[in-house]
Amino acid sequence: MSHVQGLKCRECGAEFPVAPRAICEECFGPLEVTYDYDTLGRTFRPDTIAGRPLSMWRYRELLPVDGADILGREVGGTPLVRADRLARSLGVDELYVKNDAVNFPTLSFKDRVVSVALTKAREFGMTTVGCASTGNLANAVAAQGVRHGFETCILVPEDLEAAKILGTTVYGARLVRVRGDYDQVNRLCSQIADRFGWGIVNVNLRPFYGEGSKTVGYEIAEQLGWRRPASLVSCMAGGSLLTKIGKAFDELQRLGFVDDRPTRLYGAQARGCNPIVAAVQDGSGEIRPVKARTIARSLAIGNPADGYYAARAIRQSGGWAEDVTDGEIVEGIRLLAATEGIFAETAGGVTVAAARKLVATGRLPRHEPIVLVITGNGLKTTDAIAATAPLYPIIEPRLESFEASFAASFASTADASSGSALPGVLPSSGLPAPAAPHSSARTL
Amino acid sequence: MPVQVRIPSVLRRQTGGDESVQLEGATLGDILEGLEVRYEGLRGKLRGPRGEIRRFVNIYVNDNDARLLDGSTTPVTDGDEVIIIPAVAGG
Repeated sequence: MSHVQGLKCRECGAEFPVAPRAICEECFGPLEVTYDYDTLGRTFRPDTIAGRPLSMWRYRELLPVDGADILGREVGGTPLVRADRLARSLGVDELYVKNDAVNFPTLSFKDRVVSVALTKAREFGMTTVGCASTGNLANAVAAQGVRHGFETCILVPEDLEAAKILGTTVYGARLVRVRGDYDQVNRLCSQIADRFGWGIVNVNLRPFYGEGSKTVGYEIAEQLGWRRPASLVSCMAGGSLLTKIGKAFDELQRLGFVDDRPTRLYGAQARGCNPIVAAVQDGSGEIRPVKARTIARSLAIGNPADGYYAARAIRQSGGWAEDVTDGEIVEGIRLLAATEGIFAETAGGVTVAAARKLVATGRLPRHEPIVLVITGNGLKTTDAIAATAPLYPIIEPRLESFEASFAASFASTADASSGSALPGVLPSSGLPAPAAPHSSARTL
Repeated sequence: MPVQVRIPSVLRRQTGGDESVQLEGATLGDILEGLEVRYEGLRGKLRGPRGEIRRFVNIYVNDNDARLLDGSTTPVTDGDEVIIIPAVAGG
């Protein structure tokens, strides 16, 4: 049974029935799904969901679907990893990584939003689905769209990473490469949605699509034993994910799943595409579009649709926003990999590097629990780190050759790590850093 | 040859179903004023009280976001295309 009341404009409050529409006809503001929390609150409790399968759909009462026909039942339920080694490196007490780099089926958090959007497209009777994408969304729409029998039309900027192109076309999805950047692709997609009436997941299905991101927040709270972290750091592209995680935490409080201690929200962007960070830091809250230039192409949205709301959510929560250079992004990827064994894409490098900066500047308190949201998988953006990857000499298949090589690399590691108790951020050899106690908080 | 203005479906209630219209003017502001004169229902929808483009409206002159140009004072010439698109999409 659905608890959805309808769609409501975030700006003027005008209400509309559920339909494939995202824009208020009165003021152009974004439409948001509303729920009957009072009724829901009487029946929906932690033990309602305790026995359900480990996926994002265990929270289905808080997702905007009507029927029982869920597309993508296996999506979500990703690990929340206790990250003690990274915590020591950053100088914080209690740190977790929400690892959507291993989401099903296409290794990014976009699998969540697409699962909701396609379920809704099926309810609306649509037969063609599509998107404007910086890559991860393209992969998710391609895999799930094809699997569930939709025609697909996926638009991407011309300069996308090869792995993200292949990770779309391998499914047999229809890919359209557009000469231009994401913002130009997105504009074209808006016109296509207007003209063809297809289900464009992040245009006319956007109110439903966006709700899928809330499940990142539900999962984090449940995995922490139904509590919110004191701080949460997430990368930002369009700004929707961080905004929706905030909404998820608010809903859980309203329904009595968590106490009233709020979470400070922190947003991270690349220096070469930082319109939301700028809006937070200059205090205006107003988004000034930029031309994006960064290796974090999944975050390269110069005119973020939810930027205004993300900036507002950050400021109201008492958090902050930070940007990082391309060099710092690569360091962030390596730091997460070398400490926690998690290979994130460039966007994850942004999150880790920004968290490091936020701790160093005192914006992010060290002695309270922190969650970093990792949204995508490093295997999709290997070109970003290939140039700086260490080269290893090839040895002869003889023991003496190995011993000589091992002695040489051991010596260089000993030099590099002297005077530091921290795990190597940029290891110059393949030798492992000292082991540390490590636990996982995958309690679902 | 005047400037061609493309109107999104969400605004076509105000334009009586017109998808595009040709207007004359020297700046984007002139074009928007012309649009509001022709379709009175659009007044206040695209621009705020000080003439600024509203937060949830994107306006493009040819390929470029008017906010990255000079906003309402962006010059336009014959044959240019002005595209109006709701801002909330993508991401």
